Amino acid sequence: MSAIESEASEPHQAPRTPDKTTLARYYHQMLAIRRMEEALAKAYALRKFGGFLHLYIGQEAVAVGAIAALKPDDYVIATYREHAHAYAKGMSAKEIIAELYGKETGCSKGLGGSMHLFAADKGFLGGYGIVGGHIPLAAGTAFASKYRGDGRVTLCFFGDGSVPQGAFHEGVALAALWRLPVVFICENNLYSMGTPLYRSLSVADVSQKALGYGIARDRFDGDDVLRVRDRIAEAVRRARSESIPTLVEIITYRFRGHSMSDAGLYRTKEEVEEWKKRDPIAYGRDLLVRAKMDEKDIVAIEQKVAEEIEEAVKFAEESPELAFEKLSEFTYKE
Amino acid sequence: MPRTVAFREALNEAMAEEMEKDDRIFLMGEEVGYYDGAYKVSKGLLKKFGEKRVIDTPIAEGGFVGVGIGAAMVGLRPIIELMTWNFSFVAADQLINNAAKIRQMSGGQFTLPVVFRGPGGSAHMLAAQHSQSTEALWAHVPGLKVVMPANPKDAKGLLKSAIRDDNPVVFIEGEVLYADQGEIPDGEYTIPLGVAEVKRPGTDLTIIGWSKMVKIALATAEALAAEGIEAEVVDPRTIRPLDEELLVQSVSKTKRCLILEEGWPFNGVGAEIAYRIGRRCFDDLDAPVERLTGADMPMPYNHHLEQQCIPDVPRAVAAAKKLLYLE
Repeated sequence: MSAIESEASEPHQAPRTPDKTTLARYYHQMLAIRRMEEALAKAYALRKFGGFLHLYIGQEAVAVGAIAALKPDDYVIATYREHAHAYAKGMSAKEIIAELYGKETGCSKGLGGSMHLFAADKGFLGGYGIVGGHIPLAAGTAFASKYRGDGRVTLCFFGDGSVPQGAFHEGVALAALWRLPVVFICENNLYSMGTPLYRSLSVADVSQKALGYGIARDRFDGDDVLRVRDRIAEAVRRARSESIPTLVEIITYRFRGHSMSDAGLYRTKEEVEEWKKRDPIAYGRDLLVRAKMDEKDIVAIEQKVAEEIEEAVKFAEESPELAFEKLSEFTYKE
Repeated sequence: MPRTVAFREALNEAMAEEMEKDDRIFLMGEEVGYYDGAYKVSKGLLKKFGEKRVIDTPIAEGGFVGVGIGAAMVGLRPIIELMTWNFSFVAADQLINNAAKIRQMSGGQFTLPVVFRGPGGSAHMLAAQHSQSTEALWAHVPGLKVVMPANPKDAKGLLKSAIRDDNPVVFIEGEVLYADQGEIPDGEYTIPLGVAEVKRPGTDLTIIGWSKMVKIALATAEALAAEGIEAEVVDPRTIRPLDEELLVQSVSKTKRCLILEEGWPFNGVGAEIAYRIGRRCFDDLDAPVERLTGADMPMPYNHHLEQQCIPDVPRAVAAAKKLLYLE
């Protein structure tokens, strides 16, 4: 399946040809996210930690491209499949991996885990475990930006599985009514857990929901980090300068299961292999080759990423856990 | 010089005074602006503060309760009005999974200074879906505070404290209390959350009640006084955090305890209070702690049936006498 670019979206700016440094940054981020999640899957298999683990592998160009369109002060809020968004918003592999290990050095002191990464200082407003439950919060942070006139934009990520939820419709309806500076990004990976799109949505084109709310919409494939960045940049511009929300649907695919316990019986191996040919990270590497970056410089990035993740795992392994005595202070602010 | 104001006016004053002082505070909810509030609690606030700070919403509780939480996460101090707490269930995910938990899930990175307020409890012939006491549900959730004032003075002082609090506060106003008149101090005052009050001193038994049950408790005490029985009436005012000490102190003195609760009995707030008193006052008690609660069924519409489902003075008097072995 491939997205039809929406007639409803405004004419796009000519894609800028980024310099090698920028492309290298995107490649580094996407690869680090991939390697981080591979390390997490391995640690999970070794029972280094438990809980749910939802991997983003295959979708990396969406988080990296979209967040590249933001200013540092802007807000990002996401789902329980949010390791990538957290990293792309500037969080370190150390604080993310340590969080999954349940350590005090984790971003949420080991109290949130994989599904609840947060970084107040980086404008990463969290990962949320109830499908669609964070969408009204995004309307709230965008409301606050408009109330204060601080010029910030909120990017709200969710999956196609959120679209039938009431919270999606209430959040989008209020953002539309009050013209809030927010971009709603539906990462349509074609399955809500094990249910294919055609069995969960009456209209397969999620972006059409924007029509009923009178907001802008866009729809495109998510395998090219530059396309994602440029198209989201347009929605961000619209949010920041015109205070018009946009519903963006990005077609993507997760190569792994919904979570670690998913045997993947609802889709064929052939389908998964077909999508792997459109690996966003391989494409990101191609971009570097096409920009005439030396192979040794590309390999240097890859080595740097490997070291970064290795160090982060070691950091997580060696970090202490929060003492139970300290736990109660997190329930209420004194 | 104390002034006499209605319960709804006291709440209005609390919001107006706090909004004057801090422009991070806004009021949002259904009909709060141009309609002046479904129960007129927000009367005049739109005129005073304008559309930016008094915001009418469509009927989408899950949406605007979430907006309040999101806005609080990034530094505003919202007051979210629910037209009644009966409508809060469609926003239950926002209250329980987001408001109560974001601080802890983020390792303390975010605080949520947000007040959710509106009328609760039964009124008159509103039937099952509009007659509910929700305090036991919200007080069950760690991360939320639950406040239930009984008179205008408490309403104003507690609402001001709730607005200044850095935690999500569920503020339940007895729907039948809005027109009640009462004296409030002139000028600035607040009443801290988590502090109970003896509403009437007594020696023979303690009657614990909150919100409109305080009125029933006081009337019960008057009826008992006519028979020479002096009841002490204690109002926790805040359900969570609960001022256990004052309750224990009173029951240790009177040795008998009756708890009045409008809500359902099973897992009620009174059940928790009875447990705490049983544990702390075991050696002092001359009788088991008694509870008089709402009937264990959905509220009926019919007037006579409805009245029998809500604790009243005759049954409270009978329960008190049972505690004193006078029956």
